[in-house]
Amino acid sequence: MDKKITVITSCAVPLPVENIDTDQIIPARFLKATSREGFGDNLFRDWRYDSEGNPVKEFTLNNPAYSGCILVAGKNFGCGSSREHAAWAIHDYGFRVVVSSFFADIHKNNELNNFVLPVVVSEQFLSELFESIHGNPETQIKVDLPAQTITNLATGKSESFDINPYKKHCLLNGIDDIEYLLSKKDEIEQWESNSITY
Amino acid sequence: MARTLFDKIWDSHAVNTVEGGPTQLYIDRHYCHEVTSPQAFDELRKRGLKVFRPERTFCSPDHNIPTLNQDKPISDPVSRHQVETLTRNASEFGLELFGLGHPKNGIIHVIGPENGLTLPGYTIVCGDSHTSTHGAFGAVAFGIGTSEVEMVLASQCILQPKPKTMRINVEGKLRPVVTAKDVALYIISKMTTGGATGYFVEYAGEAIRNMSMEERMTVCNLSIEMGARGGMIAPDETTFEYVKGREYAPKGDAWDKAVEYWRSLASDDDAVFDKEVTFDAADIEPRITFGTNPGMGMSVTDTIPPYQGDDETGRASYMKSLDYMRFAPGEKLEGTPVDYVFLGSCTNGRVEDFRAFARFVEGHHKSPGVTAWLVPGSWSVLSQIKEEGLDRILADAGFELRQPGCSACLAMNDDKVPAGKLCISTSNRNFEGRQGPGARTILAGPLVAAAAAITGKITDPRKI
Repeated sequence: MDKKITVITSCAVPLPVENIDTDQIIPARFLKATSREGFGDNLFRDWRYDSEGNPVKEFTLNNPAYSGCILVAGKNFGCGSSREHAAWAIHDYGFRVVVSSFFADIHKNNELNNFVLPVVVSEQFLSELFESIHGNPETQIKVDLPAQTITNLATGKSESFDINPYKKHCLLNGIDDIEYLLSKKDEIEQWESNSITY
Repeated sequence: MARTLFDKIWDSHAVNTVEGGPTQLYIDRHYCHEVTSPQAFDELRKRGLKVFRPERTFCSPDHNIPTLNQDKPISDPVSRHQVETLTRNASEFGLELFGLGHPKNGIIHVIGPENGLTLPGYTIVCGDSHTSTHGAFGAVAFGIGTSEVEMVLASQCILQPKPKTMRINVEGKLRPVVTAKDVALYIISKMTTGGATGYFVEYAGEAIRNMSMEERMTVCNLSIEMGARGGMIAPDETTFEYVKGREYAPKGDAWDKAVEYWRSLASDDDAVFDKEVTFDAADIEPRITFGTNPGMGMSVTDTIPPYQGDDETGRASYMKSLDYMRFAPGEKLEGTPVDYVFLGSCTNGRVEDFRAFARFVEGHHKSPGVTAWLVPGSWSVLSQIKEEGLDRILADAGFELRQPGCSACLAMNDDKVPAGKLCISTSNRNFEGRQGPGARTILAGPLVAAAAAITGKITDPRKI
């Protein structure tokens, strides 16, 4: 898996729909796999293909004009089910950044744990981003993780975004939480011996 | 300093705080099902790790399992493989498994409380967003992703940013025929589907205190549907009475000590929440949803409201949702023909739900046009249904009971609502395709579901 994220400059795929739940990102019937690979084929499956399995022309992923490793989506992205398969599907398809004005908590954590960067922008910035991409699908967006800024290169407008310093460190260096936790075993045992009563 | 119920439990489980980042939180109880765990066990194998505290994890397959002929091999080979993978992983890593055919098998959020595995003051996680159910006991319980499942298996801890706190008060007494599900759907529609994101909610007020444990579980279960990290209710006599004597609950002196501790957990009188909201119980009527997220709800007799807002993406999303449902603003749904009724899930699959449904349909008959799936949340719920003779009442009214599991809540097994069909469902999500590709879901409580099942139409249960 491609892990490290630093500065990404790319075109973006627009998906101006609010409250996109993880059932849309990856429907439940595709959760039966026991490995992490291959979920990208079914990313947004029921919006992307009709009931016969033919691509739905109007859907953004099937529009040849749009490309790039940045997905720009309406607010409250990733609500609903905790399925990490949604983050695996987004990463497996090739997205490294998701931009929205608001993310659901569990999905946001899942993206971070899978080296996909959720970037929260203002409503105004998001709406201008949609306008720029619709106006010119070649619009470039620059996401600078070290500086914590996102820039719409069509308008030159820039915004800073929040990420906690620990997760930023993980993404910049491609490391995950397990290593950290394993290094704390002694402390955990110490805590257990002082704390657990029932 | 005055602290909330949430703060007391969270702080007492903080092993450490990562510099500039999340809390390293110790987890007392971890529940595990077949869908969100296989990749976590694989990673443990790859890293050569054991489960750090196997006695704290309990497994039950529930999402994929059929609700008929559970004594026979699962016919879908992919589902069978996933269920067998859980069995293999539990055995390899030394974890307790309530597998298919086990008398304790059932939906993980139903069997945890039933067996006394869910206790007040605990931190509880599961790779499932409805883990918030266990908050009904005064536990900090929330859903996690598979990477976090791996963290818990490997270290009994996870790294979590501490959420903000919100208290939602429901004051006064509920009206007759209004269920806990109606209360939750009302709150979610007022808060909206993302309105509690970033918060951990404590439910309080007279209407909440008067609820049974099963009703409290229904309310807490749905916390995630307004985006909340979890929902919880302070433990009280109702809680202790429910937990006492259950198999895994503390006994003897340990019980007395535990209760004393649990009594100390309630939010201090002067505790301050980041946000506080109050609703009047008398305003709540039987509810239904009309859109494709649980926040799009109204009273069963209302008309679908127009989009309230001025932003284009919001309006387009609202209309996309109504188009999927084949409804329009201004439309009244009462009287709309219904094809399917589903009673069950971790939201409404407990014995009180079946009692309410059975008593409502007693003396009536299922509408011939309706396919009804009645799926108890566990084998224990099913036994209780039979002990109380509810199965006979249901059979006389033309209803059959199926075997326990998540079933049509997310349609990972054969219980799929066909494309275009309308289902009144007591489950928790009305997302597009949730109950099968193209299926149209209306969320409701067990009484609205019962009323629809006998009339074949969306019906106000107060009118029967």
